[in-house]
Amino acid sequence: MAYKIKSAECTVCGACEAECPNIAISLKKGTYVIDPAKCTECQGQFDSPQCAAVCPADCCVPA
Amino acid sequence: MSNVVSLDSIFGLGELAPPAAMPAAPEAASGCSSSSCGPLGEMGDGPADMDPAVWEKVKNHPCYSEEAHHYFARMHVAVAPACNIQCNYCNRKYDCSNESRPGVVSEKLTPDQALKKILAVAQEIPQLSVIGIAGPGDSLAANGRNTFATFEMLQKKAPDLKLCLSTNGLALPEHVDTIAQYNIDHVTITINMVDPEVGARIYPWIFHKHKRWTGIDAAKILHEQQMLGLEMLTSRGILVKVNSVMIPGINDEHLLEVNKAVKSRGAFLHNIMPLISDPAHGTYFGLNGQRGPTAQELKVVQDACEGGAKLMRHCRQCRADAVGLLGEDRGEEFTADKIEAMGAIDYDDEARRSYREHVEAERAGRHASKAAAQADVRDSVGTAVDPILIAVATKGGERINEHFGHAKEFQIYEVGPGGAKFVGHRRVDQYCEGGSGDVDTLDGVLAAINDCTAVFVAKIGGCPSKSLAEAGIEPVDRFAFDYIEESALAYFKDYAERLGQGVVQSRAGQDAVIRTGALTARRA
Repeated sequence: MAYKIKSAECTVCGACEAECPNIAISLKKGTYVIDPAKCTECQGQFDSPQCAAVCPADCCVPA
Repeated sequence: MSNVVSLDSIFGLGELAPPAAMPAAPEAASGCSSSSCGPLGEMGDGPADMDPAVWEKVKNHPCYSEEAHHYFARMHVAVAPACNIQCNYCNRKYDCSNESRPGVVSEKLTPDQALKKILAVAQEIPQLSVIGIAGPGDSLAANGRNTFATFEMLQKKAPDLKLCLSTNGLALPEHVDTIAQYNIDHVTITINMVDPEVGARIYPWIFHKHKRWTGIDAAKILHEQQMLGLEMLTSRGILVKVNSVMIPGINDEHLLEVNKAVKSRGAFLHNIMPLISDPAHGTYFGLNGQRGPTAQELKVVQDACEGGAKLMRHCRQCRADAVGLLGEDRGEEFTADKIEAMGAIDYDDEARRSYREHVEAERAGRHASKAAAQADVRDSVGTAVDPILIAVATKGGERINEHFGHAKEFQIYEVGPGGAKFVGHRRVDQYCEGGSGDVDTLDGVLAAINDCTAVFVAKIGGCPSKSLAEAGIEPVDRFAFDYIEESALAYFKDYAERLGQGVVQSRAGQDAVIRTGALTARRA
């Protein structure tokens, strides 16, 4: 149960990193990645996964 | 980075003193030396029609004072790539160094990189007075972290530079206290509507309070946040400029209501900009055939809004990493690689201080000289002749100091019995490259200034001169290196005479094409 970032479509804007309540998103080798061990898909925290809701490129998707 | 810029090279005249041959000031014509008293209204850049405290804030700010934009440079640092809304005129995937429009950058910077770049540019460009953060996303999205980190360092390292930011307003209310704390005197809010029905056609979604909102709900929240943020800023004495993108068929007439709404909430300036729309940009509007306005359509809306919030017409819709005077972009001289190679850079404001003192000295004389030229036209021409438009090739300093073939834009002045005023600019492809002119490019220039009666240049070749004359636009080089407004008034006086004799025709009713392409571009 985790989300992932489709790196080919990511614009590396960092909006997702700022919104993630679990500090699961970080910049690795010039692209943002989600740590599946930390990702909760925001269940119990918010209505929907925050990264997907804020992403301008709609590239945060279920892994 | 070897050459330190001299003031001489900025003016290109080898003179630093205020101009010697200045017409005598009029006998306080109608008790007011401010140009804002003329029938053209609105143009008043100067202490006479402005609270001195406000004038102090705007006089050296190229984006807030039309006069200042001839003399002072700005720099945007692209530290804020994240955004919290989607606009139909923006595609955040697009990045091209040959494109000049908001939301576009070549390099994203960390706050540390931004600081170093600012110090490097400040050493090289003494006209630099303003540092802005305008994205490429929203400066206050992602909690404004990078924006405020940059300003915090800058405030300590380079205190003579003014700070400003621009935002869509969604996250503005929660950041107003922080903005005030960093002495950010100038904030720009992009407000395209005050009616959510209109907004729903411009914004597909927003991200607010941990949720993505769409449709009318999204536009309603955005509108409320924008109005609240605007009120909060103006009540704290922070100057607010409102940017509006004019989208024909969607918000063109509606912008009059926007103008009223922002004026009543204390906005200092209203900047109505043409939509930049091209399928190649990959924006929703671009891909769906939404067009931008023509030059005259834009002017009609701007003119209709006059008398409301003060209009700004000199906006160049800069990239989020623009460097230099408005109308130029020297960003390529300051890429990350080049900055990195520079080593340590010290802060030294001496060149900037002496440049500012020079402009201050020149200013007093300029106001009197403009008023004298205006009084002369009023007395000799009367009010019967309609105003005309003049295209001007200039490199800055309010002078006609650019060759026709080298111009990347023409500044447009409206001149008539009420005075001369800057009303806009038209971007063009440089006609002359490598010593020879290009016919296709010339056609583009003609289309861009087709509503003008004359074009003022420092120099022009025989061929383009002939083509302009055939198109009914008079090429004029007799005012080379003189001040623009005084020359425009002198020309108008002569024009009115020739019109009376039937030697020239009025160009009323002509329109022109707004070119939305690149400022920095070579020809495609």
